[in-house]
Amino acid sequence: MDQIENRPAPASASDPAASAAIDVAHLVKVYKTTRAVDDVSFRIARGSITGLLGGNGAGKTTTIAMIMGLVLPTSGRIHVLGFPMPEASAEVLGRMNFESPYVDMPMRLTVRQNLTIFGRLYAVRNLADRIDQLASDLDLRDFIDRANGKLSAGQKTRVALAKALINEPDLLLLDEPTASLDPDTADWVRQHLENYRRSHNATILLASHNMLEVERLCDRVIIMKRGKIEDDDSPDRIMARYNRDTLEEVFLDVARGRNRESAT
Amino acid sequence: MSEIAVHHGLSLNRINAMVLRYWYLLLSSWPRLLELVYWPALQIITWGFLQNYISQTSGFFAQAGGTLIGAVILWDILFRGQLGFSISFLEEMWARNLGNLMMSPLKPIEFLISLMIMSVIRLAIGVIPMTLLALFFFGFNFYAIGLPLIAFFCNLIFTSWSVGIFASGLVLRNGLGAESIVWTLMFALMPLACIYYPVSVLPSWLQTVAWMLPPTYVFEGMRALLIDHVFRADLMVHALVINAVLLIASFSIFLALLRSAKRNGSLLSSGE
Repeated sequence: MDQIENRPAPASASDPAASAAIDVAHLVKVYKTTRAVDDVSFRIARGSITGLLGGNGAGKTTTIAMIMGLVLPTSGRIHVLGFPMPEASAEVLGRMNFESPYVDMPMRLTVRQNLTIFGRLYAVRNLADRIDQLASDLDLRDFIDRANGKLSAGQKTRVALAKALINEPDLLLLDEPTASLDPDTADWVRQHLENYRRSHNATILLASHNMLEVERLCDRVIIMKRGKIEDDDSPDRIMARYNRDTLEEVFLDVARGRNRESAT
Repeated sequence: MSEIAVHHGLSLNRINAMVLRYWYLLLSSWPRLLELVYWPALQIITWGFLQNYISQTSGFFAQAGGTLIGAVILWDILFRGQLGFSISFLEEMWARNLGNLMMSPLKPIEFLISLMIMSVIRLAIGVIPMTLLALFFFGFNFYAIGLPLIAFFCNLIFTSWSVGIFASGLVLRNGLGAESIVWTLMFALMPLACIYYPVSVLPSWLQTVAWMLPPTYVFEGMRALLIDHVFRADLMVHALVINAVLLIASFSIFLALLRSAKRNGSLLSSGE
């Protein structure tokens, strides 16, 4: 067994991987005969919001899962907050968090019980105050002592977001964060995420099919298709490159195989 | 749950958090609590009356009073100990909560320790009423076994954790399609652990296999105590050594299966 002295070291200060929130290089994931992620490289600056776009099967979820350490890459390397993943996950996991439709919060436990447990797992100080604050920020007060299984889809999404923010993470990975929310609540959640990023200088990586959300929130968009990066730039520059007014139109161009020049 | 984290710094706070999670779950569901007591109670009443009947017709059982009831209670410690461990693990799969835990700072060893603690809590809820029923209905005082009971209990619970860790690893790797392993794996030990009969009943080649299992030593030890009134400490030490090997092996296999699950992406689709 490795000893403490053998813990993986963070990237050196001169290494660009150290300054980036996420640094992914030549990432490949092969499931039997399927190449789910194919030589993907990107670097995400700290304090930015980046959108990961792509149709079903584009490789977004697998990429995020590898960054989180839930899936091991076939090859390539990942640095998160300057540390190699998954080798140094013990150094990093307490400083990041996530929300995904692939996981649920325990249904029989109340919202307060769930947040208490996750707060303890993340060693949150003044946990009761933190839960009160989240309940206020995310408007959970009316149902904080109700079982998670008895909440509406929108309420569950807000609870999952509260869990994702419980440890005030430096890095937040979000998969469809406003799915199942009505437009008003979704807009309110987006505002909250923007405020959180500003107040904590947090980095957010967001996978979404909601193009308006991506346009509004993201400084940068990475478009994936069949496991590869198809495009990577700011939303404005990508739309200009495809000569389109919205990211949704760009998304359709990419999905239907219309290249940048022939998009119009 | 990080793999490297296995190697340094256990957190009691995180273990407590997980125990609290399962405690909340137990308290939130009276059918879960009832189920813990229901089967052991049914077992002891059925086997207790059988023992009464046999002891009236067989001189051996009349002299060796309690061997059948004692065996039933000890088997239940073994079986319910493993179920208590594995069901808490399955709760995470059923709730689709494993991803949340894997992504948190919780370490595999902390997770497994919390499951061990829960197996003891669940066992206490089920087996203590069972022993009281044995005393009330059949006059069998399980606690009169005295200090040897601690040796019996420890060896059985250690085996139940090893089987529980191994079964949980298989479910982690293969998804809920492998859930039936959790419910049936312990029964594979049943004929070889010689719960209701001495090891000498088995063919000699099977006796060698039986002596590889720690519960065999416990049930032989129980019979030596109840029939011959001798506590066989040597049997308990043998069982303890094998248990230590089994625990290390099962934990290593669990980590290997966790790594395989991460390689195959099973943690993203923990359904069937």
